[in-house]
Amino acid sequence: MLLSILFIPFIAAIILLFIKDDKRANATAIGFSAIILGVALYIVFTKTATFDIAWLPQLNSRFLLQADGLAKILILLTAISFPAILIATANNQPKQKHIFLSLLMFTQTGLMGVFLAGDALLFYFFWELALIPVYFLCSIWGGEKRIAITFKFFIYTFVGSLFMLIGIILLYSNTTDHSFLIESFKHATLTSSQQMTAFILFFIAFAIKMPIFPLHTWQPDAYEQSPTAVTMVLSAVMVKMGLYGILRWLLPLFPIAAKTASVFIVDLSVIGVLYASFIAIRQDDIKRLIAYSSIAHIGLMSAALFTQNEIGTQGVLAQLFSHGINVLGLWIVADVIEQQTGTRSMKDLGGLAKKQPTLAILLIGFAFANIALPLTNAFVGEFLMFNSLFQFNPWVAAAAGVSIILAAIYTLNMVQKVAYGVVSEKINRMQSPNKNAQAVLIVLLVVVFFTGVYPQPLFNLTADTLQNLFVK
Amino acid sequence: MKVILALIILLPLAGFLFNGLGRNIWSKKTVAIQATMYIFASFVFSLIAFWNVQEQGAMTVHYFDFINTSKFKIPFDLKVDALSALFLLVITGVGTLIHLYSTAYMKEEEAPHYARYFAYLNLFIFSMLLLVLGDNYVIMFIGWEGVGLCSYLLIGYWFTNASFNYAAKKAFIMNRIGDLGFLLAIFWMIVKLGSVSYSEVLTVESLAKLSTSDITAITLLLFVGAMGKSAQIPLFTWLPDAMAGPTPVSALIHAATMVTAGIYMITRSNLLFIHSEFTQNFIAIIGISTALLAATIAIKQNDIKKVLAYSTVSQLGYMFLGLGVGAYSGAVFHVITHAFFKALLFLGAGSVIHAMHHEQDIQKMGGLKSKLPITHITFLIGCIAIAGIPPFSGFFSKDEILAAAYEKNPVYWFLGLVGAAMTAFYMFRLYATTFLGKFRGTDDQANHLHESPAAMTLPLVILAILSAIAGAIGVPEIMGGGHWLSHQLTPIVGAPHEAVLSHSTEWTLMAVSVAIAFTALLIAVLIYRKKADGAPQTTIGKFFFNKWHIDELYDMIIVNPLNRFAGFLKDVVEKGVIDGAVNGTGKLVQYSARQIRLIQNGQVGYYILFMVLGMVALFLFWFNDTAILRFFIKLTQK
Repeated sequence: MLLSILFIPFIAAIILLFIKDDKRANATAIGFSAIILGVALYIVFTKTATFDIAWLPQLNSRFLLQADGLAKILILLTAISFPAILIATANNQPKQKHIFLSLLMFTQTGLMGVFLAGDALLFYFFWELALIPVYFLCSIWGGEKRIAITFKFFIYTFVGSLFMLIGIILLYSNTTDHSFLIESFKHATLTSSQQMTAFILFFIAFAIKMPIFPLHTWQPDAYEQSPTAVTMVLSAVMVKMGLYGILRWLLPLFPIAAKTASVFIVDLSVIGVLYASFIAIRQDDIKRLIAYSSIAHIGLMSAALFTQNEIGTQGVLAQLFSHGINVLGLWIVADVIEQQTGTRSMKDLGGLAKKQPTLAILLIGFAFANIALPLTNAFVGEFLMFNSLFQFNPWVAAAAGVSIILAAIYTLNMVQKVAYGVVSEKINRMQSPNKNAQAVLIVLLVVVFFTGVYPQPLFNLTADTLQNLFVK
Repeated sequence: MKVILALIILLPLAGFLFNGLGRNIWSKKTVAIQATMYIFASFVFSLIAFWNVQEQGAMTVHYFDFINTSKFKIPFDLKVDALSALFLLVITGVGTLIHLYSTAYMKEEEAPHYARYFAYLNLFIFSMLLLVLGDNYVIMFIGWEGVGLCSYLLIGYWFTNASFNYAAKKAFIMNRIGDLGFLLAIFWMIVKLGSVSYSEVLTVESLAKLSTSDITAITLLLFVGAMGKSAQIPLFTWLPDAMAGPTPVSALIHAATMVTAGIYMITRSNLLFIHSEFTQNFIAIIGISTALLAATIAIKQNDIKKVLAYSTVSQLGYMFLGLGVGAYSGAVFHVITHAFFKALLFLGAGSVIHAMHHEQDIQKMGGLKSKLPITHITFLIGCIAIAGIPPFSGFFSKDEILAAAYEKNPVYWFLGLVGAAMTAFYMFRLYATTFLGKFRGTDDQANHLHESPAAMTLPLVILAILSAIAGAIGVPEIMGGGHWLSHQLTPIVGAPHEAVLSHSTEWTLMAVSVAIAFTALLIAVLIYRKKADGAPQTTIGKFFFNKWHIDELYDMIIVNPLNRFAGFLKDVVEKGVIDGAVNGTGKLVQYSARQIRLIQNGQVGYYILFMVLGMVALFLFWFNDTAILRFFIKLTQK
């Protein structure tokens, strides 16, 4: 089963290369992603599974896939995101759509691999594999400034991964059994300075991916310039790779270094939260606003992770999923607006509530999820995360807490400028509602409220990960 | 009981879903009946719950665990006791009347918007009930933010108007500032006590675990939350702006129920508050300051709703004064009577606005007495009640707070008295300008003046009766009353303490306050019986008229600097410093690379392609399966 969740998207990607007709390619991609969702649900609801087979025996690297709670929740998120994205953007018409879709499927293969890999070399392999199709997607289908921006994005993250590769090799050479397995890595004998070095090497890769302030400047540009379907993949799922890396690799492998660095990283993350929130207030472009808002939210998750507190980590585990769902909803609304009005500039928008009331209601729903209103999914996660920050240092929690006020400011600004007011000339151009997108949004909103009122399934799903991290 | 409590909160939620999802389906009549009936049904169940509490005492029921981690648990529990039962009755009772009133008041709205209005209103009742029924601070917080959401949605109900949207946003954001305080208080409890349930936090044992500074910090942070929700200095400026919403909304949310949530919260937590002398004094000072500040502003306003809005802020200040001096049952008493007479006054104002075709400026009214007889008489009753003239309800509740204030510190009492005089003055200024004298509007308006339909006047009459008689629930002992209310609240706030003041002092205090209020109202009637206030002439008048320039002050010292700071971060730090450094590094690398000719053709695409190929090769290497290999070779040959 674990293998099939890697191979189905891979096969789908290959098949899609040969389906030239847009409609059929679309249907194929959606069909496959639905199958993947089915497989993912099966994995989520069955016991922890592993798949283990020799791979590169010369290096003693194994093709080891493991699905614990952490992996499961991210696989579920990935598997939900792709069909949602494909259906919501089904009406978009990029040139050579089948190749576009094929590359998306390749990305999904890489993502699934990242979340399942239990061997460092395999992890690295998938980590890069997920990036490459995205590079092509952005640089071929992106906006005006795509070449320069994508180049920056690629080099930035690529440099980060190289650091990680060095770190992996460093650890590998210090394992007793010369293996890349995570278990061997955990038992690697490292001096404290070696541990710190390896910690920093890994951390840079993950920090760029998340991103943590001040390594974030690739992200708003990349989100803005990418075709929205890709932006959705990037922000709903790919940024989770960084957080996942911290949870799976960084904290378990380098507990002492992580403790030493925690104050610095928590403070840096909280600065990033406030910094990104302030900048979001001054954005006029919806995509950039969502991008900075997302940086702020991810920063909070990073801060909570490094408090290394059980409650906070529980919050992060839930929030990994919830943030993905919420940001996906916002992107879909933004995409529909951009596709139908031809602009992302909020000063040209306004009156959506009059023109397309249903879409406006959905926007408002996701906007309030974005500011973590209680009974939406984000509240639970943020509540637990703030809680851990408070235990870490009340002043840091209070400072980070200011972001809930700033989030209300920029999010409600957006709602006001897009949904309310008199119908603007650009909004008036909107044709009939995009039923596909609305259907997806409604489903996502149901998820938002369900997991907001009854978040226990998310906690239960990730209980084993928490146990492994904190019960020694 | 489990079912009854669930029904009490779920019925309004069902109404929200019914009207919200069916907004394009139902006719206005269906919407009106549904929305009102759900709340009325909730009221009936609240009555049952109330009787249950009378017979069997408080009750807590468990539904499910909202958050259950290995470290701590937040159960989804509801609790009904005397305090929450009283709030239940006020919320659903006044709520039903206001729903009924709204069915007529909002009649001009198109059907989908009509349904949207009632959906919001239903959702508000749901959130408010959750707030008072929750058995822990997190559930209270859920309702707390929920009512904030509904308030936001209803203030901005007419969403095409930019200034209304602005007011809605302002309300939500100012409330969020308070909410942050509330949240931090919750975290503080979790860290120190490991629980947020009332049954565990509000106990003598948990008090033993808290240091004095812990208690002061928690109570102050809770009070910050209350400042936001209940519009106290410095977070009060959103409430007058909130009058942008439809008038019944102002009556329900911004007068009778939501804004009293802060009083509920502090009364609920009184065990903590009485252990912090500092917080208590702080609350009393903020309360009385707010009461006076808002009263001075109310004196000079000419918008009928603005006068009532500032009056609400001022009355809330009195309630906080009561909390600060330890008169918890007095504060709750004032919440109840205020809910009746202020809802009445707002609905009366709505009736006037309705008759005047959306005119809200009292300078253009006058002489409405004969044209709107029911509105007139009920409004007058409301004015007498709020002015504190016995035997109307406001007298009893205000007197109880003032007596407690005198006991604590006569200065509080004196300031409270000044405020009471201003209250009587501005209310009767409002009354006289609106209803007495000659009509000052246009001829067109004059011809259309009409009394409102029964759906609007019936709630007015009921509320007027309640405003007149509700004092009966708290008649003090010296007047021969048993003070039913304070006995009700004994399990929550402790037994009413033995009278410290002698009977003669108490009688004197009462007489003084009644005399002063009466004088103030007479002066107001004499001045404004014939004419309206023009534009303010004196410096101080202009200062009050312009609301002490507090909005401008906030813009100057908070909003604008923060905006500029955000702009600085965006344009200078982000673009110049951080991204500049990144790009600079990139350029440097590129430059040196060109020098050593490491990059030979400069096309990243190729490198990536090779990387992909390399990785595919790795994969195949692993599979080592010729069939797949051959398949790929075939592919590439095509």
